[in-house]
Amino acid sequence: MLRFVVHRVLHVIPTLLVVTLIAFFIIQLPPGDFLSSQIARMEAAGDSVDPAAVEALRTRYGVDEPFWVQYWKWISNILLHGDFGLSFEYRRPVSDLIMERLPLTILLGVATLLFTWAIALPAGVYSAIRQHSGGDYVISALGFIALAVPNFLAALVLAYIGFKYFGQSVGGLFSPEYANAPWSLAKFGDLLEHLWIPVVIIGLAGTAGIIRTTRANMLDELHKPYVTTARAKGLPEGRIVRKYPLRIALNPFISTVGWNIPSIFDGEVIVATVLALGTTGPLLLSALQSQDMYLAGGIILIVAVLTVIGTLISDVLLAVVDPRVRFGGK
Amino acid sequence: MIRRRRHPRRDVGRELDEAAVTADELASPDAVLDIRGLQTVFRSDEGVVRAVDDIDLVVRRGTTTCVVGESGSGKSATARSIIQVVDVPGQVEAGRILFRPDDSRPAVDMARLDPRGEAIRGIRGREIGLIFQEPMASLSAVHTIGNQISEVLELHTDLPPAEIRDRVIEELRSVGIPRAEERIDAFTFQLSGGMRQRAMIAMALIARPSLLIADEPTTALDVTTQAQILDLLGDLKRERDMTMIFITHDLGVVAEIADDVVVMRHGKVVETGPVDQIFHDPQHDYTKELLASLPQRHSATRAVVTEPETPPTTTVGGSADESVRHTAPDVTPLLSVRDLRMEFDTVSGALFGRKRKEKVVAVNGVSLDVLPGSTVGLVGESGCGKTTLGRSIMRVYQPTAGEIRYRSGDGTVADLATMSEKQLLPYRRAMRMIFQDPYGSLNPRMTVQQVIGEPLRVAGMAQGSELSDRVADMLDRVGLKRAMATRYPHAFSGGERQRIGIARALITGPELVIADEAVSALDVSVRTQILELLAGLQSELGLTYLFVSHDLSVVERICDRVAVMYYGNIVEEGSAAEVFEDPKHGYTRALLSAVPIADPRLRGTRERIVYRPDDVPAADDEAA
Repeated sequence: MLRFVVHRVLHVIPTLLVVTLIAFFIIQLPPGDFLSSQIARMEAAGDSVDPAAVEALRTRYGVDEPFWVQYWKWISNILLHGDFGLSFEYRRPVSDLIMERLPLTILLGVATLLFTWAIALPAGVYSAIRQHSGGDYVISALGFIALAVPNFLAALVLAYIGFKYFGQSVGGLFSPEYANAPWSLAKFGDLLEHLWIPVVIIGLAGTAGIIRTTRANMLDELHKPYVTTARAKGLPEGRIVRKYPLRIALNPFISTVGWNIPSIFDGEVIVATVLALGTTGPLLLSALQSQDMYLAGGIILIVAVLTVIGTLISDVLLAVVDPRVRFGGK
Repeated sequence: MIRRRRHPRRDVGRELDEAAVTADELASPDAVLDIRGLQTVFRSDEGVVRAVDDIDLVVRRGTTTCVVGESGSGKSATARSIIQVVDVPGQVEAGRILFRPDDSRPAVDMARLDPRGEAIRGIRGREIGLIFQEPMASLSAVHTIGNQISEVLELHTDLPPAEIRDRVIEELRSVGIPRAEERIDAFTFQLSGGMRQRAMIAMALIARPSLLIADEPTTALDVTTQAQILDLLGDLKRERDMTMIFITHDLGVVAEIADDVVVMRHGKVVETGPVDQIFHDPQHDYTKELLASLPQRHSATRAVVTEPETPPTTTVGGSADESVRHTAPDVTPLLSVRDLRMEFDTVSGALFGRKRKEKVVAVNGVSLDVLPGSTVGLVGESGCGKTTLGRSIMRVYQPTAGEIRYRSGDGTVADLATMSEKQLLPYRRAMRMIFQDPYGSLNPRMTVQQVIGEPLRVAGMAQGSELSDRVADMLDRVGLKRAMATRYPHAFSGGERQRIGIARALITGPELVIADEAVSALDVSVRTQILELLAGLQSELGLTYLFVSHDLSVVERICDRVAVMYYGNIVEEGSAAEVFEDPKHGYTRALLSAVPIADPRLRGTRERIVYRPDDVPAADDEAA
């Protein structure tokens, strides 16, 4: 088992190397460099630009140097000093910008994930056990609707309902009076009041997919001979389903559970933007729009790294849960 | 693990009371099971299938009742109906299933119990144990065997966990699993096929049921393993005073173990009777037909059915590398294989890990002659390398070493082993293959015309109407109708599909046909027809067959010469009569002694031989 984990970790290193290269390549993609376009914009606005400051920035980022040198400066700053560079738009370090939005992003992500699973897994299992029943059709229909309705539209509708019938402020995760207030029990309560809209919206779309996967997996497993064996032992139906087919039907889930880690971090760009949530999603979007490339690159890099780490976690979990993986391949 | 034993509620008692039937309603006082008018029906959108159609069946206490029939006869559905575990959408719709676990109690009509209720769950596993065909699929791969066996006791007894574990180890030991105290924590994929089936038997028997239902428990096993499992079941049944229902398609097995026989066909019982009567005085035509499909039966020497007893066992030695050659006829062979060796590399260890390359020797320096116009049988158990040898000769694989000398019609001899793909092309038409699985080996999206015509089209030998004509001719030859050419394979039965496979093999006018388990997946009656077809085509077209099979009775019936393979070696080779009647190598003798004798009167008369190669220490796992 330890060998397995060590092997897996060793796999991660080259993958991460490639990922950082690609992230940096994306930063470099737009024509020109960010400093020259920034200076041009400032000069056009009539601002004076201090040539010494420009020169300092040029050296700091090595803008005129070849790709590899720039890459090395960027990655070594990140690795050695934890310095993701400076955001042009906000004129603050990228890491500060990300850090201040991180707690809410993670709260939203985890809440969404738990909501999704709490609804999707039982619904999928029920759908499979009572295949072709009324309940199955209702669940499937609702699932497809949730999948087909665009997130942002649902966000607008729910925000409207929240405003019209519950008197909530539209947008954001806080009411205006708490937005800049220090943390208190009341502020937390206010947060929970607002949190349900994005959780339901982001969660429902994911629910549909998971219901279908669970249903299909369960249908495959429910008619396997080992289920008949369990029945022939005299086990009650509920216990049969929980112990045998569900255990195997969950495998595809466990193997993708790690993929949720990056999506927890990037906080659903579009819904978060529509609802004006203070998560990293809108930050990424605005960074991409204004070509604030160190900010965008930093976020993309973190998402990519989390994806790789998430996959690693999934692999290890799968090995823990499924002996065929653990002992497989001898 | 938390033990949760549901204590029966009052309504369980009431349910059982309502389903109770006094003993005098049973067909005979010693009946354990009395089924009357049982109907199990599968209703779906595609229609209604009466899998079990109004059958009557009585099982006497302490006996073994064999239910025989071909696929689709409803024998498995009957077994599952008894404890109401028929797969959806199947349902027991009518009839009585009277079950009387012991003499002192009244019988229960199990058909009246709720299939999901507690009353029937109390009978399943505790009073009636079930063993299934494929132990790998029938056990969960993600739970240890100990976990799965313990569950039966957790469910039906109040024993504390430590005691349950001891009982499970003891049970595993009693079904002949060595090192049971370690094996209890093993997963199914860590055990051999025979061991898995033993674990399954332990699971079915641990609660000491009075009735054991075994649904094709040996069909997925090799013949020597089958013999061990049959012996084990016989011993356990006698020791524990059980009653057994044994479901099988194999009349040889029936002759070995049955007291009473029930012959089923299309969901109905066509004949029942004591085993001796069924084998020696069959009344129904279908029974006679089934018996006729058996290899020629030795004339009965005694007219008494002996008490079933495990025959004496002898262990023989002998080197696995030794090759016994009986006299070879003095004819120039069509195909002459010399020292053929086929190795496969298996790589273990992951990327960045230490890689260990291991060589698996599938074929270990084999020499074999195939004479023109003859049928050579290649027999052995799974994993012995017979299929690999067949495929190496076809040059599906590139042999590691050795020669495959093929003699063409004009007398030139060429070595196929070293040829390039391009040089091989003409030989690909002269050597063709028939595959085992008539379902998997036909592309479901190609019409019969396309399937059969493809080899000709690819070889550029015919096109257009000439191609259609030749396909039509070939359909005639294999006994199919010309009009079938436009249909797709799913419209055909297993036997018809195998005819299509044969037509595809013969369309290029080959000389040598390698049939890899070509009849193994077919029912006995269909098998006979296909074997007759192959024999007819052989004499008509002057074909030479290399017949790869694990089924010794088929090989004995149709082959001129036989080669026996064991772990990559040919251990014995000779004419069919020599090998079958006077086997010299220890393994051949062991193999032959494991084949069931299809005559109940000869039961227990033959010594069981176990082969243990000299150079291998007595392995407890596989040989046990």
